[in-house]
Amino acid sequence: MSKYYLLQDQKKCIGCLSCEVHCKSNKGLPPGPRLGQIMPVGPKMIAGLPRQAFIFMPCFHCEDPWCVPVCPTKAMRKRPEDGIVYVEPALCVGCKSCITACPWGAPQWHPETGKVVKCDYCMDRVDQGLEPACVAKCVTHCLHFGRVEDMDRTKRERFAKTVAFELETVVSGR
Amino acid sequence: MCTVRCPIKVVVENDDVIWIQGNPHVGGIEGALCAKGSAGLALLHDHERPQYPMIRAGARGEGKWRKAGWEEALDYVADRLKAIIQEHGGHSLVFGERTNLNTHISKTFCKALGSPNHFTHDALCKGSVNTAFRSLTGYTDAQMAIDYANTKHIVLYGRNIFESLEIAPINNLLKAMDQGAKLTYIDPRVTITATKAHRYWMIRPGTDLALNYALIHTILKEKLYDKDYVRRWVSGLNELAAFVEPYTPEWAEKETGIAAGEIVALAREVAEVKPAVIFHYGYRGAHHPNEIYLRRSIIMLNALMGSIEAPGGLVIRKGPKDAGRGSFSRYDTAQEFPKITVPRFDGSGHEAFPLADSSHGNPQRLAYAIENEDPYPIKALIANRFEPLQSIPDSSAVRRALDKLELIVAIDVNFSEIAWYADVILPESIYLERADSLQLVQGARPQLRIRRQAVSPRYDTKPAWWILKQLANRLDIGQYFPYETIEDIWNFQLKDLKGVKLEDFDAKGFVALSDKALFFDRKDGIPFKTPSGKIEFVSSLLEKAGFPSFPPYEPVPSPPEGSFRLMVGRCAVHTHVSTQNNVLLNELVPENELWIHSRAAAKLGIQDGQYVQVISNPLNTNGRIRAKVTEFIHPEAVFMLHGFGKTVPAQSRCYQKGASDALLQENISDHIGGSPALDETLVQVRPAK
Repeated sequence: MSKYYLLQDQKKCIGCLSCEVHCKSNKGLPPGPRLGQIMPVGPKMIAGLPRQAFIFMPCFHCEDPWCVPVCPTKAMRKRPEDGIVYVEPALCVGCKSCITACPWGAPQWHPETGKVVKCDYCMDRVDQGLEPACVAKCVTHCLHFGRVEDMDRTKRERFAKTVAFELETVVSGR
Repeated sequence: MCTVRCPIKVVVENDDVIWIQGNPHVGGIEGALCAKGSAGLALLHDHERPQYPMIRAGARGEGKWRKAGWEEALDYVADRLKAIIQEHGGHSLVFGERTNLNTHISKTFCKALGSPNHFTHDALCKGSVNTAFRSLTGYTDAQMAIDYANTKHIVLYGRNIFESLEIAPINNLLKAMDQGAKLTYIDPRVTITATKAHRYWMIRPGTDLALNYALIHTILKEKLYDKDYVRRWVSGLNELAAFVEPYTPEWAEKETGIAAGEIVALAREVAEVKPAVIFHYGYRGAHHPNEIYLRRSIIMLNALMGSIEAPGGLVIRKGPKDAGRGSFSRYDTAQEFPKITVPRFDGSGHEAFPLADSSHGNPQRLAYAIENEDPYPIKALIANRFEPLQSIPDSSAVRRALDKLELIVAIDVNFSEIAWYADVILPESIYLERADSLQLVQGARPQLRIRRQAVSPRYDTKPAWWILKQLANRLDIGQYFPYETIEDIWNFQLKDLKGVKLEDFDAKGFVALSDKALFFDRKDGIPFKTPSGKIEFVSSLLEKAGFPSFPPYEPVPSPPEGSFRLMVGRCAVHTHVSTQNNVLLNELVPENELWIHSRAAAKLGIQDGQYVQVISNPLNTNGRIRAKVTEFIHPEAVFMLHGFGKTVPAQSRCYQKGASDALLQENISDHIGGSPALDETLVQVRPAK
């Protein structure tokens, strides 16, 4: 796993698909490749209410990626300093081994270049101290990007807040 | 990209846009941008948009054009307009647009030519909301705002707030929900908003009014209303109480399908957190012929909760005057024009729509007025980013009527249906390529916003304010357009505003006119603009015009076997009718689908994903649309997204994809409120051959 983590707050995600367009407009991609894709699940009835989830699927930037060792030309690589997995387009020959290898469908096909293109957490932006495009412009700010250990804390904080509020409700309801 | 105009920040390198994001300085935006916002880059570089002035060379709609220079195209339009006006008068010109930052200039154009016939898209969307608000408060809907951030309970009637989205409002609402605010959503269809709600009711289509009468019944019977507020600010409470007496929750249960106990529970729940309650009066308010009475009932619910002019409720928008900052100038009201004595072409403010807001007009009357020359012959149409062929119901009738016109001019950024059917296309620069008039955003915190030109036009296009001035010069009305540059327009707009200079916009793109939220005094200072100065449940506006304030509820019959109520709506990815061909947005939502309940589909032998044909009266059919077979729509309704089924080959990505709702809708209106009834039409569905 890279030292970064992309957290999606399901509660706030409204499935507006803006993250996908932020990504594609930033990368200048044609129709076809979707580096980060929202996968809607549902709606289904849960406790009497319709509920739907929108699961954001960018690349997970695995610690031990499936895609890197299968690449015969070493185009698919991991940045030593932070573990971001990316494609060096000059070396990619379009063999699609990485597409076969990745269990989550992260590497995408660029129909115009005949090469693979994938989520690189917008590393050019990250190197400038900025967030990936999808995170920076998320409509509801439900996407968060940072170091794994900080993200972990974000989740705990949110959980704590929720629990605290519920406790308050329970207590005041007595 | 969108009429919401969420403020943006554009990063430019070498005269090219490299990045668009939400304005980081605006609360509720903080950099956020929707899919349409980011897709502005694709529009900028799209070769499938008009690139130079074009004059029709074949039959209308045939797609044969010749390229013209601006001088030639403007001369061509002006010469024809001059001849038409000479023979038939200035009023034979109608000018339609989507309300925009330069509306004060296009209105100036019509006034100077002696035409009362400037209209906007507004009535097609929310004319009845406008009239409902005026009948109760004296204000229009546009003069009302919603304080989402501080609300404790919001009730949405099909206001699909998380798909038909405005960024700041939804972030403010999500913040409120984080702090415990409740969301009640009522819609025959499970939208994304429904999946985020604390309470969802799949109401029987068209019966929201019955639900509201039962809510009001309960609130009055159990005295759940804000007594101080109602005593001070409401007139006609007794009349309302007598009227809703028979409309019990049990009665409403039969009509709406919502359990009586649930209705009572909602009434009690909202009353507990009043006045921080919002019964949302709607974004689009154009569904059924009794629309004004539904919108009035919603506004009355707010009044009973004391939520009009309350934090967490509705807020009367404040302008520069309220902030003690002088006034904002408009060319259409700052100048003297020749007196116009003829009535409007569309019956707005006259017989057809006596109470409608005639400053917007009623474009659904366009085909009728042209065909019948009633009240007089119409000979020319200028459409500025207004789409009569997809926004007005019964679009084939509109197309037939257009054939009678001597001149159709489209000022547009797209090869829209009307541009393709026009005689001349005057291509407009897109919002990234032009500057526009300053925007006054009224609200609890009024502010001014600026749209600067980010890059030079990619093609030979111009801003509408420039185009209209060039036409005006050729039509001998140039004196009403006393500007050369956009800075001239800005300086004119600011001339009577205290303490605002152009350079004040440099830092953040906007200038706040008040640093604190402005509220009127709830005890004694709410300046309702009705004759009585109160919220008039018994409306003098309606009664004087001969319309009842409380007409008896008319039950909504279930559609006959095999028929469905056609509902239309929006998704988060497209703007109305204008983005279906955008390369980035088209990929995400390339066509619309027909939502149909699984039981109904099974009876008709329709499978999920199969192409079906949709047929309405009088024999309007839509060729092919994919069925989305689902449990998540009321069995009496079918639903499709608005704005598909396009017929312009130059828009290759969306050409003939999906079905056009406007082709199916019958042209029925709420003649009191002014909206068309866009969800009233019954359709049949069958598998496509």
